[in-house]
Amino acid sequence: MRLKALVLMAAVLLGGAAFVTPAAAQIEVNINSGAVKPMPIAIPAFSGSPRGAEIAQVITGNLERSGLFQPLNVSAVSDKLQDVNVQPRFPEWQGTGAQALINGQVTVGADGGLRVDFRLWDVFSQQQLLGLQFSSTPDNWRRVAHKISDAVYERLTGEKGYFDTRVAFVAESGPKLNRIKRLAIMDQDGANPQYLTDGSYIVMTPRFSSTSQELTYMALRPTGSSIYLLNLETSRQETVGKFPGMVFAPRFSPDGGKVAFSVEKNGNSDIYLMDLRSRATTRITTDPAIDTSPSFSPDGTKIAFNSDRGGQAQLYVMNLDGSGVKRISFGGGRYTTPVWSPRGDFIAFTKQTGGEFHIGVMRPDGSDERLLTTSYLDEGPTWAPNGRVLMFFRESGGGGPKLWTVDITGRILRPAAYAGQASDPAWSPLLD
Amino acid sequence: MSFDTKRAVRLALVGVAAASLAACASRPKPQPAPTPAPTPPPAAPSTPYTPPPAPPVASGVLPGSVQDFVVNVGDRVYFDTDQYAVRADAQPVLAAQAQWLNRYPAVKIRIEGNADERGTREYNLALGARRASAVRDFLIAQGVSAARIETISYGKERPIDPGTTEEAWAKNRNAHTAITDGAR
Repeated sequence: MRLKALVLMAAVLLGGAAFVTPAAAQIEVNINSGAVKPMPIAIPAFSGSPRGAEIAQVITGNLERSGLFQPLNVSAVSDKLQDVNVQPRFPEWQGTGAQALINGQVTVGADGGLRVDFRLWDVFSQQQLLGLQFSSTPDNWRRVAHKISDAVYERLTGEKGYFDTRVAFVAESGPKLNRIKRLAIMDQDGANPQYLTDGSYIVMTPRFSSTSQELTYMALRPTGSSIYLLNLETSRQETVGKFPGMVFAPRFSPDGGKVAFSVEKNGNSDIYLMDLRSRATTRITTDPAIDTSPSFSPDGTKIAFNSDRGGQAQLYVMNLDGSGVKRISFGGGRYTTPVWSPRGDFIAFTKQTGGEFHIGVMRPDGSDERLLTTSYLDEGPTWAPNGRVLMFFRESGGGGPKLWTVDITGRILRPAAYAGQASDPAWSPLLD
Repeated sequence: MSFDTKRAVRLALVGVAAASLAACASRPKPQPAPTPAPTPPPAAPSTPYTPPPAPPVASGVLPGSVQDFVVNVGDRVYFDTDQYAVRADAQPVLAAQAQWLNRYPAVKIRIEGNADERGTREYNLALGARRASAVRDFLIAQGVSAARIETISYGKERPIDPGTTEEAWAKNRNAHTAITDGAR
């Protein structure tokens, strides 16, 4: 299970007298107004190595799945861009309809190291928007492609990318009455899936630490439930300790120093906070209602949670000591699984109304509620690190669960890049 | 009986339980509660089991066995949507469970709370825990020692009907009393 050590990658700005970086981009994608038409973009195979075509393919997949870009088939273009230091023949690229062009070159050094130089062009103004160089080990080529994707996304949208990330999830198999559930992790684009548990017991709700390669998740056996902390780099695993009843719904604080979770005692679930250094545990809700699904605000001062203290499941926000409880959901229906955006501007949730399930977002004060999806069962949103895209799982009646993504406007809804049955996704922060 | 053997027996009984559930589900809605103490099922002999003299070979459920509990008492009670109050139609079943457990004091049980799939995972774990706890409280009130009872919630992880209809969800909102030790 040990993950291969990540190789430090250095990004170097490509200079060159031939290319003057313009003061401002001529082209841009506005992701918050929910641009109606994706930007046509040309991503021909990178030159220099057979790996170049694969790298271009990974970038193409990333940008296409974002819904903001429309990668074009440019195999017919005669300009093969063999040398990344020679300017593209723009009239040819203009003929494809592409507004942006990515070209790159792969070099394998004498030491076996992989170097990828790439440039991003505004095809019509013929200006270079980006020129970067990445170096790494050859087996890390997919991460190089993800970093290039992130750089392009950020340059063209003004928002951070989210492609050099991973997703932890629960891989599901078997019939509905006897599901096998395994903790799993994969790259954001579905590559490199690995199982972290063997399916001999139920696992659920993995959550990433935002500061380290660490997961917390819940395991359920006939003998009881446990909350684990799993270090992905060392494979070291420990529990948060024994409690008399069920323990569930764990989530890290933004600084990684605490875990909030639910503890059940005599049927009543309350939220507890554990300091991971001192191991001191504090109970922070005392209501006889269900209190669960805690999620920290990114500044670490507040917790959003789910409670049925008002008669049915609704969303609330409180201070870390349990004071200042405020209800924030007021629409009809039942609200669960609040998840604070890493940017702090929205809380995502699951809502049940009219026999259907929705993924939605609202402001932390409860205003501006927007439902983004609808189906038989949509559940468990997790934020991409840029706070602009959500992943969740969807179960159409009778079928197994699948991972989906939706942007915060609700217009870009599509299956995630993992074909198997899966639930409870957890998006990692950007990798280093 | 070793743990493994018991487990195998219990597994073999799942079919029986499922069949009787299907029968329950098609019945009309439960009637209002028969107010005082519900009538217990036919009492099993409290003396040790001895095979009847004739016919020479007879088969039957061994009193005090897991099968006896599942078939003659009933090991599952059902709940309304998003509720954990013990329903009127569940009370006679739980009273019979208590009576049976009081007759076989070596038996230990685990009450497993379950929820239907019309709720989210963590909330359903909490809801299942409430249901398990409600059944536990009922049995304790009927004289079963708390020391013999453990509880767990499976949330929506252990449905018994794979359907996507109200009828299937109604079956999946339940508390299952599993015998973990001490059965004959």
